[in-house]
Amino acid sequence: MGTVDYAVEMRDITKRFPGVIANDRVNLAVRKGSIHALLGENGAGKSTLMNVLTGLLRPDSGEIRVRGAKAALRSPAVAIALGIGMVHQHFRLVQTFTVAENITLGMPRPRFRLDMAPIEQEVARFSAEYSLAVNPRAKIWQLSVGEQQRVEIIKMLYRGVDVLIMDEPTAVLTPQEVRELFETLRRMTADGKTIIFITHKLDEVMEISDRVTVLRAGRNVFSCDTRDTNPRELASKMVGREIGRAPQRPSVAIGGPVLELHELAALGDRGITVLNGIDLDVRAGEIHGIAGVAGNGQRELAEVITGLRRAASGRVCICGKDMTNSAPRSIIEAGVSHIPEDRLGMGLAPNLDITLNAIMKRYRSGEMSRGPVMDEARARGWTGDLVERFSVKTPNLRTAVRLLSGGNSQRLLLARETSCVHKLAVAVHPTRGLDIGATEAVRSILLKERESGVGTLLISEDLEELIALCDRISVIYEGRIMGTVGRDQLDLEEIGMMMAGMATAAKGDERSEASV
Amino acid sequence: MADSMFVSILSAAVSSGTPVLYAALGELVCERSGVLNLGVEGMMLVGAVSGFLTAVRTGSLAAGVLAAIIAGGCMGLIHAFMTITLRVNQVVSGLALTLFGTGLSGYLGKSVIGVPLSATFHQVPIPGLSSIPVIGTVLFKHDLLVYLTYIVVPFLWFYLYRTRPGLHLRSVGESPETADALGVNVFSIRYASAVAGGMLAGLGGAYLSLAYAPSWLENMTAGRGWIAVALVIFAVWDPFRAMLGAYLFGGIDALGFRMQVMGSGVSSFFLKMMPYVFTIVVLIIVTATAARRSSRAPEALGTPYERE
Amino acid sequence: MNALKLVFEKREAVSPAYKFISPLLAIVMSLVLGAIFLLASGFSPLKVYYYMWWGAFSDWYGISETLVTSIPIMLCALGVALAAKMLLWNVGAEGQFHMGACAAAWVALSMPGAPAWQVLPLMVLAGMAAGALWALLPAVPRAYLGVNEIITTLLLNYVAIYWVEYLVHGPWRDPVSLNFPLSAPFSDAARLPFLFGTRIHWGLVFALAAAALIWFVLGRTKWGYEVTVIGENPRAARYAGMNIERNIVLSMCIAGALAGLGGMAEISAIAGRMTRQLSPGYGYSAIIVAWLGKLNPWAVALVSVLFGGLLVGGYSAQVIGVTAASVNMLQGLMLFCVLATEALGRYRVRIVREVARAGKEVGVDG
Repeated sequence: MGTVDYAVEMRDITKRFPGVIANDRVNLAVRKGSIHALLGENGAGKSTLMNVLTGLLRPDSGEIRVRGAKAALRSPAVAIALGIGMVHQHFRLVQTFTVAENITLGMPRPRFRLDMAPIEQEVARFSAEYSLAVNPRAKIWQLSVGEQQRVEIIKMLYRGVDVLIMDEPTAVLTPQEVRELFETLRRMTADGKTIIFITHKLDEVMEISDRVTVLRAGRNVFSCDTRDTNPRELASKMVGREIGRAPQRPSVAIGGPVLELHELAALGDRGITVLNGIDLDVRAGEIHGIAGVAGNGQRELAEVITGLRRAASGRVCICGKDMTNSAPRSIIEAGVSHIPEDRLGMGLAPNLDITLNAIMKRYRSGEMSRGPVMDEARARGWTGDLVERFSVKTPNLRTAVRLLSGGNSQRLLLARETSCVHKLAVAVHPTRGLDIGATEAVRSILLKERESGVGTLLISEDLEELIALCDRISVIYEGRIMGTVGRDQLDLEEIGMMMAGMATAAKGDERSEASV
Repeated sequence: MADSMFVSILSAAVSSGTPVLYAALGELVCERSGVLNLGVEGMMLVGAVSGFLTAVRTGSLAAGVLAAIIAGGCMGLIHAFMTITLRVNQVVSGLALTLFGTGLSGYLGKSVIGVPLSATFHQVPIPGLSSIPVIGTVLFKHDLLVYLTYIVVPFLWFYLYRTRPGLHLRSVGESPETADALGVNVFSIRYASAVAGGMLAGLGGAYLSLAYAPSWLENMTAGRGWIAVALVIFAVWDPFRAMLGAYLFGGIDALGFRMQVMGSGVSSFFLKMMPYVFTIVVLIIVTATAARRSSRAPEALGTPYERE
Repeated sequence: MNALKLVFEKREAVSPAYKFISPLLAIVMSLVLGAIFLLASGFSPLKVYYYMWWGAFSDWYGISETLVTSIPIMLCALGVALAAKMLLWNVGAEGQFHMGACAAAWVALSMPGAPAWQVLPLMVLAGMAAGALWALLPAVPRAYLGVNEIITTLLLNYVAIYWVEYLVHGPWRDPVSLNFPLSAPFSDAARLPFLFGTRIHWGLVFALAAAALIWFVLGRTKWGYEVTVIGENPRAARYAGMNIERNIVLSMCIAGALAGLGGMAEISAIAGRMTRQLSPGYGYSAIIVAWLGKLNPWAVALVSVLFGGLLVGGYSAQVIGVTAASVNMLQGLMLFCVLATEALGRYRVRIVREVARAGKEVGVDG
């Protein structure tokens, strides 16, 4: 294929970080006007490779050619000047600025006096051309996640980018928004632009891409035209082995409610209502899933239940007892464990060692102390036992938690949260960012919890995960429960509609007892 | 009579508020870029002493002001190097700057304590404007350094909200990752802002030692640098509100001084406490109500920036 | 293009040896920088440093004076360090020190005839209570409203100092003091006893006991565990059910009480009456000491003695005309050097020859 027109070629890119090789002689060749999927698990080196391509990181060795010419991508600005831009998974937007201000940020002209009107007009033009509807004068924090993504795309188009890298763009979108995004991407390639699409979702690769490259552990493992491959093959290339089947889900007797929410409302960090009239219950021995696109009140819901955020109105009942706005400590003592979304930011103290993290919810109990004095030997003994039972891989118990891998720190967190006496578990994105092995471990712990009669509220964006684990799934949208469906009447299309805020037949209170 | 006293207190409020205003504007610029500098007190003192020393040695006020600006800028540069290049905790570095600046100014100024200044800043009533009743006396019968703030404040506002460098400055304080990804030079903007902040603080110090109370005394700023830091919070990082806050502080200060002179019966020491107590109370009220306001502290304030 | 370039590479962990030598390196660096200032103003740095060393450590008298001076610094710094463990900046030790001294003086002046066993314990209690209350004022708004405690604690120093001025110029002025701003002298019963026939007084025992107690509480108790977790990750602490607000108030009050105790000891043992010049900035030195001692109580105690020596040495250097302010400047320099050496420990600095090939260096600048 000597005559193929490549937009970007990366040859033998190697990038080391202290202790790891993130990219080991990686090659990537992207044809002009195509959509090229970059597939790999978390930690496979996709982001590093793309950060090299966008000038954020400099490779230790290797060569990059842009439209056939060798390029030294010293900074993101240089990359953009060469027409390479990236839409990151975590948007790079200034929340307090308007859409137009974000888009003009970093541009050389006008040099001093800034008149926003012409910029706003130009933004509107781009937004119409690619049907990326967004108000140029809106402040970013007022926009939905989908709209923010559009701002990111316009930002790149505005800079004349013709190689656009999209980092896991669908993770934060509803199925309907995903369809719109794919529409936009196709329109862009029809215009001659090139897209690099980073993902770990196989169906998306099959649907949108022309060609696919698979990375595993920092190396190329596979590359071919999408039409010549299939999801099975891609999966085994990505993981390096055949993937196991979904975990077994034995039937469990469903007990009484361990959590009941009545007309619950709460304010978000910005003082705006983010939860509104939530009615929900979780019964002993069931996993009740909360589906929804990120930022629709999931985090706040978990926080209100665990006492970390005040309820503005409504009631939270735990095991039949009204615990609305109780202190976090009383809620812990009432038997609620919490696997928070932000593991290292909230669930653990990364600089402290494993023991000090493991006893975080237990140090008050008599077993770890004599009066006000801690019993260090017993704390270490107990932690050693815990680490062994949950197979947390660590050099020793004095290792700082920040040195553990993502999977191991999550194991430690789960070990701590499930080892205390509890009746309700609130788990928020418990497998996000974990590799397949760790994900399976976490899921099987959650299922074990269910078998032991704990009621679990599982908040996740991963529909596959919810379907594999849950007895019931409720969908949250803009702080409201759009509906609840039982395991036996799952309908992906319907859940998708509810995630996009379209009400369907099922309403919050209509419950279906479910068991498998 | 009561009326003219009221006017003279207001006029005194403007001149008493001016050094704090300069320092607050400097801190505002610095914080807008994401760098918290708690060394304002030290920078003011070093500005005051270098301004005074230079003015005494050269006999030139202009040279004094220039020296104060340069000295303040150097102090700001130290903070910039510590926090931006070495990524030292901004709070500790700022405290160190205050302690260092206090010591350094005392050390440098030992020889000129009690030395009079041959030339000081004089009132230059602005023709026409100064004859407007009340406002004329309050605002337009001052020295040149006061008038300079009338230009600096609107210019700063215009710069921050209506120019590209201002947009970039604010973006660096809100989200340095975003700015960096778009080719905005986070490091140089933060350096420049920290140095500019030091220059303004130095100028504020010079106003004290060359115009407001032309002399040098150890610790002559008496906490004004800290009040300036509090004012920035009060002002929600807006130059015009900083001006308002500075004059409010100046008003309390002037009122206390006036009551002291008139012999109000209240001990002068209690009157001297007033500006500090007032600042604390205002800070508490502003913080308690700030959560409801849409504009808050720059998002990245106090966090060093480091590329991944 | 062949240019030499300074490159900062991030280290994975600070080497243990460096952790040990970095404070020494910082002291050497600040002495060198201080020497430059001294040279610039016409002093011989070696002579000045020799005088300082000679005054502070050369004989038993110097050493005892160094220890005497270190007592208030130690008490204030232990408080600052405890609060800093919880990410609180108590810049108000100076004010808390003065309020503690005031309360102790009030007890002493209102019980002129009482025996020592009555008046001294009451002075200790009053001093600690006043310091704690003065710290409570900024602690409560900090805990419950998030009001910046750095600014409030600092501004309260000025209020406390004007309060002392008011007392010694007004209601407490001794009629026989010839208009000097001084209170009447305390009775002998209200004087904290000296030890070993020197001016070293019981305050040293208080300070060392406080260091031991803080060391034990932080490392071995449930409350110490809470302080550690809150200091490392307040969100995790709240998530684990710890009461952060109460702990903020508590640790600030303890910090204030320690500074107040320092004020009591100083006024009772050394001054013997209320005066304006109780402290040459002990509360501010305490901040540097706490940081230099890495918030470890024993290290803080040790560094306090060094700083006591620095102050005493500063006094003896005044003999050859070096001003007291130069000691303050040296303290500030020292803090900068500590910060810089700490930061440098996190990086490996290399000089590389930059070749045209991009990607050889890991730059920190943009």
